Amino acid sequence: MTRGFITLFYKELLRFLKVGVQTIAAPILTSALYLLIFGHVLTDRVTVFEGVRYTSFLIPGLVMMAVLQNSFANSSSSMIQSKITGNIVFVLLPPLSHFEIFSAYVLAAMVRGIAVGLGVFVFTAWFADLSFAAPAWIVVFAVLGSAILGTMGLMVGIWAEKFDQIAVFQNFIIMPMTFLAGVFYSVTSLPAVWQKLSHLNPFFYMVDGFRYGFFGVADVSPWTSLIVVCVALAVTGMLALRLLASGYRLRN
Amino acid sequence: MAIALDLVALSKQYGEVRALDNVTLQVREGEFFGLLGPNGAGKTTLISIVSGLARASSGQARVMGFDVVRDYRQARRALGVVPQELVFDPFFTVRETLRLTSGYYGLAHNDDWIDEILANLDLSAKVDTNMRSLSGGMKRRVLVAQALVHRPPVIVLDEPTAGVDVELRQALWRFVRRLNHEGHTIVLTTHYLEEAQELCERVAMLQNGAMVALEPTADLIKRFSGGMLVLRLGGAPLPPRLAALRVEYPLPDRVALPLARYDDLEPTLAELRLAGCLIEELELLHTDLEDVFVRIMRGER
Repeated sequence: MTRGFITLFYKELLRFLKVGVQTIAAPILTSALYLLIFGHVLTDRVTVFEGVRYTSFLIPGLVMMAVLQNSFANSSSSMIQSKITGNIVFVLLPPLSHFEIFSAYVLAAMVRGIAVGLGVFVFTAWFADLSFAAPAWIVVFAVLGSAILGTMGLMVGIWAEKFDQIAVFQNFIIMPMTFLAGVFYSVTSLPAVWQKLSHLNPFFYMVDGFRYGFFGVADVSPWTSLIVVCVALAVTGMLALRLLASGYRLRN
Repeated sequence: MAIALDLVALSKQYGEVRALDNVTLQVREGEFFGLLGPNGAGKTTLISIVSGLARASSGQARVMGFDVVRDYRQARRALGVVPQELVFDPFFTVRETLRLTSGYYGLAHNDDWIDEILANLDLSAKVDTNMRSLSGGMKRRVLVAQALVHRPPVIVLDEPTAGVDVELRQALWRFVRRLNHEGHTIVLTTHYLEEAQELCERVAMLQNGAMVALEPTADLIKRFSGGMLVLRLGGAPLPPRLAALRVEYPLPDRVALPLARYDDLEPTLAELRLAGCLIEELELLHTDLEDVFVRIMRGER
């Protein structure tokens, strides 16, 4: 743990904490509204897992969605803001290594994602009974999922040259992939083709493994999910480190 | 004397544009060095490569002996850069900004030095002000402070006085000069040539990415003629040899004679005396760096 890394990590934390209403409170409210509305409308009509009310089923998915989206939002918006305002030079001029820059941005994104997730959880837990069948899986998938999305956010932030490009990525890729990962339903309820397609979506494994931690039931084995998620993290992590090492769009 | 900045055959290609063309240059430790050239000449590209903000297409750059790519940590630690753009992080106050910058350089308890820099830059009253609320001149000072938090032996200032009021400019130069006296190597790019003339011991001039001059400032000025001898004469007319040299001058009753070197002054005066000319008024116009710059950019070497 170097002083440079700790400082950059701390700066990244301060960056979102100083605008906490927008970066933490607002996404918690959004998720809470999802739960109140969908839960209210559907809870007596839909049963996904035997003996689990729909509202309870919904909560882990909503929490994970918040974790993933906010991790992505944090690193991507921090990077693009610094690039557009030019203050990225404060990070590029000092003797920080690629790995230090990578870890600081991703770790801060994870903290924001997990903080929002925790907020959503605490808020929504009032409205439903939740079990914790295998809590270790909850932690593992929250950590890995947020790391992957933080890494993706960092890469998109490095690649993008305008805020719009981040928004496009968020609305046309991250948002659909999380929604289609089975946040609001179990993919086993889908027609066979869509089930197969869902299994190609790495986000599905993040949500499914995370949910397993609560109910001890999931669409696929949590070990399968763990492997897929670990591979996804390794691939995105290596790509992001290579981007940083090459200086792509940062040092040219 | 050690070499603070060592550039060997440095080139940078941006697509079709050759932003920097085979520049070889050494700046000695403790030197006050000027990097001059019109906009787009490659000054900022050169500084970006040295500071790690850009990668050279070919060639090498070393700061205090450390390669800027291979030994980037040591090279960057040895270098303080004041960027040209007025950049800042709107989330933080002046003190937070300087503490963060210190941390990036691996320094944990740097408040004493930070306070000293702030005092020297007249920023003490603004330590707890958010960066957003500072005036342009104040933001510029914070950028200077940020470049100094890690006490770098080499300080690069990229157009630090562009758009800065006279008072700040004076204060900034006093401070930079002091840093230079304390042993820091200073590399400066500026548009104000009288500034470079006054401050820099040696200058390099860039044009279209290539270096077109590299000399001690005084030598450069001397080489480009000693100036112009302007006279109002009575008595005998100008002897024919000198009349042939005469150049036009705004005042018709004056005789203007260019001097290739100051050494020519004495013989010229002797020749006038011999011809019986009476010198009623005499003025010697000096060449300054601005004239030299204009002439070099026109292609005179």
